Amino acid sequence: MAGIVGYGAYIPRYRIKVEEIAKVWGADAPSFKKGLMLREKSVPGPDQDVITISVEAARNAMKRAGVSGAKVGAIYVGSESHPYAVKPTGTAVAEVIGAVNDCHCADLSFACKAGSEGMFLAYGLVKSGEVEYAMGIGSDTSQGAPGDALEYSAAAGGAAFLMGLKNVVAEVECQYSFMSDTPDFWRREYMHYPRHGGRFTGDMAYFKHVRGGVEGILKKAKGKPRDFKYAVFHQPNGKFPMKMAKDLGFSDEQMKTGLLVPTLGNTYSGASPLGLSAILDEAKPGDRILMCSFGSGAGSDAFIFTCTRELPKVQGKAKKTRDYLDTNPFYLDYGTYVKFRRKIRKNVED
Amino acid sequence: MRDVAIIGIGMTDFGEMWNDSLRDLFVKASLEAMDDAGVDHIDGLVAGCMSPGLFAGQEHIGSLMADYLGQAPIPGVRVESACASGGMALRTGIAYVASGMHNVVLCGGVEKMTDVSGAQATYALATAADQDYEAFHGVTFPGLYAMMATAHMHKYGTKREDLAQVAVKNHDNGLLNPHAQYRMKITVEQVINSVKVADPLNILDCSPITDGAAAVIICPLEMAKKMKKKPVVKISASTHATDTIALHQRDDITWLKSTAEAAAKAYKMAGVKPEQIDFAEVHDCFTIAEICVLEAMGIVKKGEGGKATREGLTARDGKFPVNPSGGLKSKGHPVGATGIAQIHEIVTQLRGEAGRRQLKRARRALAQNMGGSGGSAVVHILEVL
Amino acid sequence: MITPAIVRRNTPHRYRMEAQKCAACGKVFFPPRLVCTCGSRKFKAYALPSEGKVITHTVIRTAPRGFGDEAPYCMGIVELKDGSRVLCQIADCEPHRLKVGLQVTIEFRKIQEAGESGVIAYGYKAVPER
Repeated sequence: MAGIVGYGAYIPRYRIKVEEIAKVWGADAPSFKKGLMLREKSVPGPDQDVITISVEAARNAMKRAGVSGAKVGAIYVGSESHPYAVKPTGTAVAEVIGAVNDCHCADLSFACKAGSEGMFLAYGLVKSGEVEYAMGIGSDTSQGAPGDALEYSAAAGGAAFLMGLKNVVAEVECQYSFMSDTPDFWRREYMHYPRHGGRFTGDMAYFKHVRGGVEGILKKAKGKPRDFKYAVFHQPNGKFPMKMAKDLGFSDEQMKTGLLVPTLGNTYSGASPLGLSAILDEAKPGDRILMCSFGSGAGSDAFIFTCTRELPKVQGKAKKTRDYLDTNPFYLDYGTYVKFRRKIRKNVED
Repeated sequence: MRDVAIIGIGMTDFGEMWNDSLRDLFVKASLEAMDDAGVDHIDGLVAGCMSPGLFAGQEHIGSLMADYLGQAPIPGVRVESACASGGMALRTGIAYVASGMHNVVLCGGVEKMTDVSGAQATYALATAADQDYEAFHGVTFPGLYAMMATAHMHKYGTKREDLAQVAVKNHDNGLLNPHAQYRMKITVEQVINSVKVADPLNILDCSPITDGAAAVIICPLEMAKKMKKKPVVKISASTHATDTIALHQRDDITWLKSTAEAAAKAYKMAGVKPEQIDFAEVHDCFTIAEICVLEAMGIVKKGEGGKATREGLTARDGKFPVNPSGGLKSKGHPVGATGIAQIHEIVTQLRGEAGRRQLKRARRALAQNMGGSGGSAVVHILEVL
Repeated sequence: MITPAIVRRNTPHRYRMEAQKCAACGKVFFPPRLVCTCGSRKFKAYALPSEGKVITHTVIRTAPRGFGDEAPYCMGIVELKDGSRVLCQIADCEPHRLKVGLQVTIEFRKIQEAGESGVIAYGYKAVPER
C-alpha cells in the first residue's frame, strides 16, 4: 500500500513574541494571545526562504527514507511565498537531493493547503505506479501586513513527505478533498501582503471546509473521531482548530501533539504538514492519524494514515519537529524582525 | 642578466586626494621620479594597479600613463597581482632591464580608491580573494586576516595587545613621514577600543582606503654608476611566489607560504642571511599581517611575531626596524602603489635622506609586498653601494 | 557577481557539496579542479560530509556590497569530518558562541541575490547545534 516512506520538518530558529508586535501598534497583547491562542511565531532568517526551508525539510525526509535521490520521480512544493513569482522552487529541491534530471516538478498554490496538495499528487503518482517515489512539500515564509491581525501569526516553516510503496512508515488509508469558490483570503498579483474577509473567514471558510473535509473522509472511510489516536487540522491560530475539534468530536488529547501553533504561529502551507510531522515523530505502529488541511479560496484535503512497524526505525534518523520548535529559540525585537522581513524602506545600494 | 639599480624615486602624498584623478596621481609621482633621476625620457613604463576598472572605471592604463607622461609611443603596460601589483611592477621592469630589452624603465604604482563608496571599495578589494569560494560568501579582506588572527591567537597565544602594538609602532613611525595619510599617535587602548570591523580586528588594525602613487626609475647598474648623481641603490634580489588565493585551502592558516618562499629565494639571490638585513618595509595591511610576515621571512620563529613586536624588536630603535615609513597602516594603502612606495622609503633611507625618521643603520633593506591574503608575495632586497 | 550562468555552473558544488577525489593520490578537492597537485587528471566523484568544526572565525561588521543587511554576521573556516575545509558563513550563531572547535552542520541557505529583481544564489552555510 502507498504511503509515507520518509518525512522531515524544518523551522527557522528566530521567533518574535506577540507582546513585541503588539507594543508597536498599541494593541493589547493579552487579548491577542487569548483570542488567537498563540504566544509567539517563527521568523525566517534573512538568508532563509521557501527554497531553503523546503530543501532542509526534504533532506530530513530523505535521511529518514534512506533512498537515493535519483529514485524520486516527482517533487511538488506548495507555498504562497515562493521566492520567485516565475521560476520553480521544486527544481532547487530536486538539485539538492539529487533527483535531477529524471523527475517531474511543479510548484503548487492554493493558499494554505498547497502543501497537502503536493502530498495528494505524490501519493496518487506512487499509488498508480507512475513513479517509484514522489515528494510533497508544504512550506511558507508567510506574509502578514504590518499592523494586521495576521502579523501576529504569519510564520515560517515547512515539512516534506516522500511517498512510496516500499518500507512505508505511514500508510495512506483514505483521502478526500472538499472545495468551493469562496473568497475569504487572497493576494492579488504584485501585492506584498494578503488581504482577508475578517470574520467571514471563520464560519464560511475555515469551519465549513475543514468540517467538509473531515466529515467527508470519515464517511468515505466509515470511521468515527474516536478511531484515531491523533488528529491535526490547519492551524491559522490556536483557537480555530481546537473549536473545530470540539465541534467534530475530537478530544484535546487527540489534538495536542499536532497543535504547534501556540509557539510556532501559522506556517500557512506548512501548518498541517508540520503538525503531521510532529505526530509522526511520536506515533507508534498501528496508530491512526487524521489530517485535514485548509486553503482559503477555499478547500481542504483530508488524509487518514496508519503508522506501520517501519515508523520507529526512521523517527530518530533526522531532527524532530519539536526539536526545531523548542530548542533555544532566538527572540527578535520588532526592529530586527522588520529588517529581516525587508519591511524597511532604504536607499538602493550603490 | 644585467644588474639593475634604482636612480630615481617619486611619490605623491597619500590620502584622500579629492582633486587628483588616477592619471594625475600616477603622472605626478612619475615626474618626480624622472626629475630625481635626471632623465627626461624613459624606454618603457610598467604601471602596477590592482583595479582601475572597479575603482575608477578605467582599464588600459599602461598606454594612458605613457601618453599623459608625454612618453608615447614607448611601451607601457599595467601589471596586476592584487595588493602586490606595485612590487610586481618593479619586478617586471627589472626583467626588462636585466634582460637588455630596455635601459631606462619607469616602474610605478597607483590606486585611486576614494571615487567609490565604502561598500564598493570593500567589494573591489574582495575581488582579490577567491570570487567563487570566498568573496561569494560575503567575506572581506579584514575578515580573511581576522581569521588568520583568530587562528594565530588560538595556536600561539598571541595577544590582542600584540596586534595593537603593530599599529601603535607603525603610527609612531608614520608621524615622521610627511607623505603619510594618518600622522597621529595612537595607543594600544585606542586600537582595542576602536570600531570593530571583523573580530578581532578593529578599524585601527586596518590599513585605510587611500589615493596615491609612487614611481621609481631603474636602469642597468653600470649605467647608474656612471651617472653618480646620488648614492647608487642596487637591486640585489627580486623574487616572487604564489600560494592558494583561498585562505581555507592552506594547510596552515597562519603561515604565509608565498612570503616564506619569496624571502628564502631573495636571501639566496642576494647572498645574505636575514641577520644581514638592516630593516624592512613589509605589507602590514592589517596588524596581524606584519606579525605573520615577520615569521614567514624568518626574522622570528613561527608563532613569535607578536612577542617580538611586544618586546620592541621591530621599533624604529629596535634591532630590526620594520616599516619606518609608517607602513600601510599609517602611511596609507593605495593598493597598487604600496609596493613601489615601500621601495621609495627604502631608497630614501639608504640614501640617508629620511630626515627625522632616518635610521642609523641603513645599508641593506628588504621590501615585502603581498597580494590578497597571501596568494602572492614579491620580495626585493636593495643595498646602497 | 551573480548571473544566471554563474548560478547554474556552481549548482553541483554549492547545492550538493560535490567534490572530487584524485584517482592517483586520493587528495580531495572542493571545488573540483581539472588537474591535481600530483599531476593526475583523473578524479572520482566525492560528496563532502555535512558535519564538521570551526577552525577559525570572525564576525563581519563592515560588509561588502550585497551583504549589508545581514551584518554583523559570523564567518569561519570549517573543517569537515573528512578533513576537507570550506569557508562559509556561520548562520544562526550569536557572535559570543563562536569558538575554535565549535561543532557545525552544513545547511542550505540564500547567500546573495542580484538585486531585488535578479536571480538568487543559494549555497552552503554552517550552523551550530541550536
